[in-house]
Amino acid sequence: MYDMKALYQAKSVKDAVALRLAHPGAQVIAGGSDVLVQMREGKRAGAELISIQALDEIRGVSLDTDGTLRIGSMTSFSHITRDPLIQTYINVLGEAVDQVGGPQIRNIGTIGGNTCNGVTSADSASTLHAWDAVVELTGPGGVRRQSIQEFYIKAGKVDLREGEIQTAILISKESYENCFGHYIKYAMRNAMDIATLGTSVNVRLSADKKTVERARVAFGVAGPVPLRAGTAERLAAGQPVSLELAEQFAQTVKEDINPRDSWRAAKDFRLHIAVESAKRAFIESVRLAGGVL
Amino acid sequence: MSKSVGKSVTRVDAYEKATGRAKYMDDLCGREALIAKICHSTIAHGFVKSVDTAAAEAVPGVVKVLTCFDAPDIEFPTAGHPWSTDPHHQDVADRKLLNQHVRYYGDEVAVVIAGDEVAAAQAVRAIRVEYEELPFVLDVQEAMKDGAPQIQERCQNNILAHSDVRRGDYEAARQEPGLIRVEGWYDTPTVQHCHIENHGCFAYEEAGRMVVVSSTQIPHIVRRVVGQALGLPWGKVRIIKPYIGGGFGNKQDALYEPLCAWCCAQVGGRLVKLECSREETFVSNRVRHAIRTHIISYVRPDGTLAARKLEAFSNQGAYASHGHGIVAKGMNAFPQLYPCPNVECDSWTVYTNRPSAGAMRGYGIPQAMFAGESHIDDICQALHMSPLEFRRKNLMPMGYVDGFSKNELYSDTFHQCMDKALEMLDYRKKFEEYQNQDGPVRRGVGLAVFWYNTAVWPISLESSSCRMVLNQDGSLQFQTGETEIGQGCDTAYSQMVADAVGVPLGDVHVVSTQDTDVTPFGTGAYASRQTYIGGFSIMQTALALRERILAVAHEQTRMPVSNLDLVDGQIVRKSDGRILKSLGDLATESLYSLEHSQHITAETTAQIKSNAYSFGCSFAEVEVDIPMCKVNLLRLVNVHDCGTLINPALAEAQVHGGMSMAIGYGLSEELKFDEKTGKPLNNNLLDYKLSTFMDHPALEVGFVENPEPTSPYGTKALGEPPACSGAPAIRNAILNATGVAIDSCPITPHVLYRKFKEAGLIND
Repeated sequence: MYDMKALYQAKSVKDAVALRLAHPGAQVIAGGSDVLVQMREGKRAGAELISIQALDEIRGVSLDTDGTLRIGSMTSFSHITRDPLIQTYINVLGEAVDQVGGPQIRNIGTIGGNTCNGVTSADSASTLHAWDAVVELTGPGGVRRQSIQEFYIKAGKVDLREGEIQTAILISKESYENCFGHYIKYAMRNAMDIATLGTSVNVRLSADKKTVERARVAFGVAGPVPLRAGTAERLAAGQPVSLELAEQFAQTVKEDINPRDSWRAAKDFRLHIAVESAKRAFIESVRLAGGVL
Repeated sequence: MSKSVGKSVTRVDAYEKATGRAKYMDDLCGREALIAKICHSTIAHGFVKSVDTAAAEAVPGVVKVLTCFDAPDIEFPTAGHPWSTDPHHQDVADRKLLNQHVRYYGDEVAVVIAGDEVAAAQAVRAIRVEYEELPFVLDVQEAMKDGAPQIQERCQNNILAHSDVRRGDYEAARQEPGLIRVEGWYDTPTVQHCHIENHGCFAYEEAGRMVVVSSTQIPHIVRRVVGQALGLPWGKVRIIKPYIGGGFGNKQDALYEPLCAWCCAQVGGRLVKLECSREETFVSNRVRHAIRTHIISYVRPDGTLAARKLEAFSNQGAYASHGHGIVAKGMNAFPQLYPCPNVECDSWTVYTNRPSAGAMRGYGIPQAMFAGESHIDDICQALHMSPLEFRRKNLMPMGYVDGFSKNELYSDTFHQCMDKALEMLDYRKKFEEYQNQDGPVRRGVGLAVFWYNTAVWPISLESSSCRMVLNQDGSLQFQTGETEIGQGCDTAYSQMVADAVGVPLGDVHVVSTQDTDVTPFGTGAYASRQTYIGGFSIMQTALALRERILAVAHEQTRMPVSNLDLVDGQIVRKSDGRILKSLGDLATESLYSLEHSQHITAETTAQIKSNAYSFGCSFAEVEVDIPMCKVNLLRLVNVHDCGTLINPALAEAQVHGGMSMAIGYGLSEELKFDEKTGKPLNNNLLDYKLSTFMDHPALEVGFVENPEPTSPYGTKALGEPPACSGAPAIRNAILNATGVAIDSCPITPHVLYRKFKEAGLIND
C-alpha cells in the first residue's frame, strides 16, 4: 500500500509536459524502481505522481538520419542490452545496464529514470559520460539538447526544468564510430547491488591498431556526480598501444577523481580500485578495438 | 520393512507452496484488520521523557496511539527455551512491551493502531518523542569496563553471565620447554537471519480469550510468553502457527506477538495485525551474537596440543533473549573438538546498545568455528604442518564420551567426512599445486570441521508429543508440537509415520498447522532437533496406534494379536502371510460397529534423555584477485554425518541453505552501526550484503551415514550444522592462496585491501 496523493497518467509527451506544468510539485515516475521505493521509505510519502509509462513514442532505440544513436528515455535496461543497434555501436552500454539490480528491475527500470535520478552510482551514467552522451529534453518551449555532464548538476539533482521531461539519450556518430569500450562495475556482490565504483573506458585506435587515437574514461562514485578523468585521456591520446600506457593511464586518473570516505567504502580503497579498474578496462577496450598489448 | 524412510519423496507441501495456495499469516488475516505500527527509538540509549501523540492521533484513520507510559509494568523473557519450573534456570525477564528506558536504536517506544497501513505510517512519522540521552556503548569489551554506560540495572559492568571450563592445569602445562605459542583474536559480525517472510502476527479476542496467529517457530512457547507479558493465565491464550517463510532462529523468540495481543486488547479485542518491515526485521527482531574470541595454544613441534586457553566475549545487545546459551555452547565445544589435557576457557555475555541477539542457525557454533578453525590453520602455519594432517592427529577420536552430555562419538566420523570431502575437491593435489604462487590472481584450498550436537538435553527439557487419528479409509492424520518452518519436517515425519505404523505414505496426512488449543505440546523448531526428537514420539505413538489397531483386528478377525501384523495398510496373518482385510475396512467397521464402536487414536509424550553428536566439514576452493581485493569462491563442499538420511533430497537442500548462509557469513554479511549515534547503517537488503545466487558456486554436498544408535530412526542434527564450517573453510583457503591470515569475518574487499597492504601485496 503506497502513500500516494494522486496519479496522473500522461497519454503523450505533450500531455506529460502539460501535466508537469499543471502539477509542478508532482514527481515523474517512469519504471518506478526508485520512486516507489522512496515512497515506501517515507521520503516521497504522499507524493503526486505523473506516470509516463504509456509513452511508447519515447521507447526504443533508433538511428537518426545523421547517424546519431537515439535511445528513447523509456527504454528499459533489458531492451537496451538486447537491442541490435546498441550491440553494434555501443555494446558496453548494454553490458553496463545488464548489471543493474536483478532481472525484474532491469525489465522495469529505464535509462531515463536512471539518469534523471542524478545519482553517481547509476550503472548507465559512467558509460554515457564516457561516450559524451547528449540528453534530449522536451518542455513547453520545445526540445533542447544538453551534454550529459551539464545535465548532472549535483548529487541527486539534474537540469530538468519547469514542464520538461527527458525524452531521449543521444550518442553522436563521431562518438561511437570505431569506438570500443568496457565497463567494470565494482560492487560487493555479483547481483542486486549498487556500484562501489563504476569505471567505463573506451578507445578508438588508429587504422593499424598501434596507436590510441582517443581514449575516454568516466567514473561513477568517484565524486558526487559521474565524472571524466580528462588528464588521463589527454595522456593516452596519440600514444602507442602498450601495457606501460595502460599503467600510466590508470595512475593518472587519480588526478581528476575525488571519491569520498563513507561507511560504504573508504576513499583510499576507492582510489585503489579506480586505478586498477581503469587499467583493466583500458586493456580490455584496446583488445576489443583490435589492439595487441 | 522400511519403505518410505530413506527415499527422496516429494515434499508433502510442495504443490501447495509452488502454486501459491499454501496459506501464511498474512493470507489468513481478515481484510478488516486494524494495522499496528511501531514507533522505534531514534537514539541508542536514554530515557523517554515525553511522547507527543497529538498529531498522530489527528491523522484520519488512526484508532489509538499507545506509548511506553501506557504499557503494563511487566518485564518478561522472550527466549524460545522450554520454561523451567526452577526460578534459577528461567530466562531473564528484562523487557517490557514498550520501553521508557530505551537501550538501542530501534527500541519500541510507542505503537499506532490505525485503519490501514498508510494512516499507521503517517501517524508514526507524526509522533514526537522527547529523550534524555545517555552515553551508549556498542563494543563488547568496552561495555565490560568500569564506568561504561549501564544498560540493564541488574547487571554489574553489563555482564549478563560468565561461565568457564577448566581441565588439567593450563598454567603449569604451558611451562613445558620447547612449546610453540600461537595466539589469535578473532571477530565475527552481527548478522541477521534474512528469512524470506518477515515476522508478523495478528490477534483477536474470541470468547474472552486472546488468539494470536503468528509467523513463529515455537507456538507453545509463545503462548506462555504472551501470557507472561500481558499477565494473562496461559489457558486464556491460543497461538496458531500456519506455514511460515523461514525462521532460522529469529522466530525462536517471542517477537511481536505480546505487543500485538496487547494492542488487540486495547481496542476491545478487535482484529489487529502487526507486520515487520525488512528494515525493522534487521534491527528490532533478533540478530546473531557478534563474538570476539581470544585463543592461545601451546603446541609441541610434533603437532600435539599441550595447553590451550580461550576467552570469548559475546555481544548480547540490549535485551537478554537467548543470552549466555550461545557463547557457552561454542565454549563447551572447544575442549571437545580438539581434546587437550590442559584447558582454560572463559566466556562472557555482555549487554551493549545494539539490537538484541538471539538464536540463529548454529547457535554460537558458526562463531566458535570461525575462531577455532581459523586458529587451527594459524597453528599449522606456525608449525609448517598440513591443515589436514594436524586435524587428523588432534580431532576428537572415535569412542570419545563427553562427561556432561554423555554424548559419544560412535563412529570414525571426522576422518570419514574429511576423506569424502577431500576426494570430492581433489584437495591434496590442489594443495600442492597452489604452493608458491606469485601472480596477482592466486588460488587456494582450505578446510574446516565443525562440532555440533542435537537438541538441548541435558541443559533443558526434551520431550515430544504426537497424536495419530485413524480415518475410516485407513488413512490417518498426525500432529506434533514440532513445527514445519520450511526445512521439510512435515515430509520427513510423514515418511517416519508411514513406516512405523505400516501404511503407505499417501495414507499419511500431516496436520501442518500448530494450534495450541488442539496440537499436542511440543516446544517447536530449534536446536536441529526436529527429526531426532520427533522420531521418539512418532515411533512411540505409532507403536501405540498399531497396538490398538491390532486389538481391533483381533476382535474382527478372531486371530490372536501375536499372529497379526499391519503391513502397507493391510492386516496380515503372520503365519501364512495372508491379507485378512484392509486397514480401511477395519477402520470403517470399527467406527460404525453397533456392538463396539471405537475411534482409533493414539497420543503419547516421549521423554528424551539423550543427545547426539553430529559432525562434518567444509572444503573450499577460492581464487583471490589481489589487486581487486576480491575472493571468487570457486567450489564449496560440505560433508555431513547426520546419521541415517530420512529424505536424501531434502537433506541435501537443507545443506545447501546452510552453505549459502556460511558464504554470506564468510564473505559479505554484516550489520553495521554508526559509531557516533549507534544507528544501524545498512538495515535493508541492498546495503546488507546477503550473498546472491550469482555469488554462489554450485554447492556440493556429501553424506556419511553412520546410524545414530540413540535415535529410533538413526538420525541426528542437520538443520544447523551446514551453516557452521563454511566461513572458516573459505578463510583458510584465502590463507592458502595468499599467505594472509584474516582474523575476522566477513572477509570483504575492504578487509582484504587493508590486509593485503599490510602484507605488502598491494603497494599504493
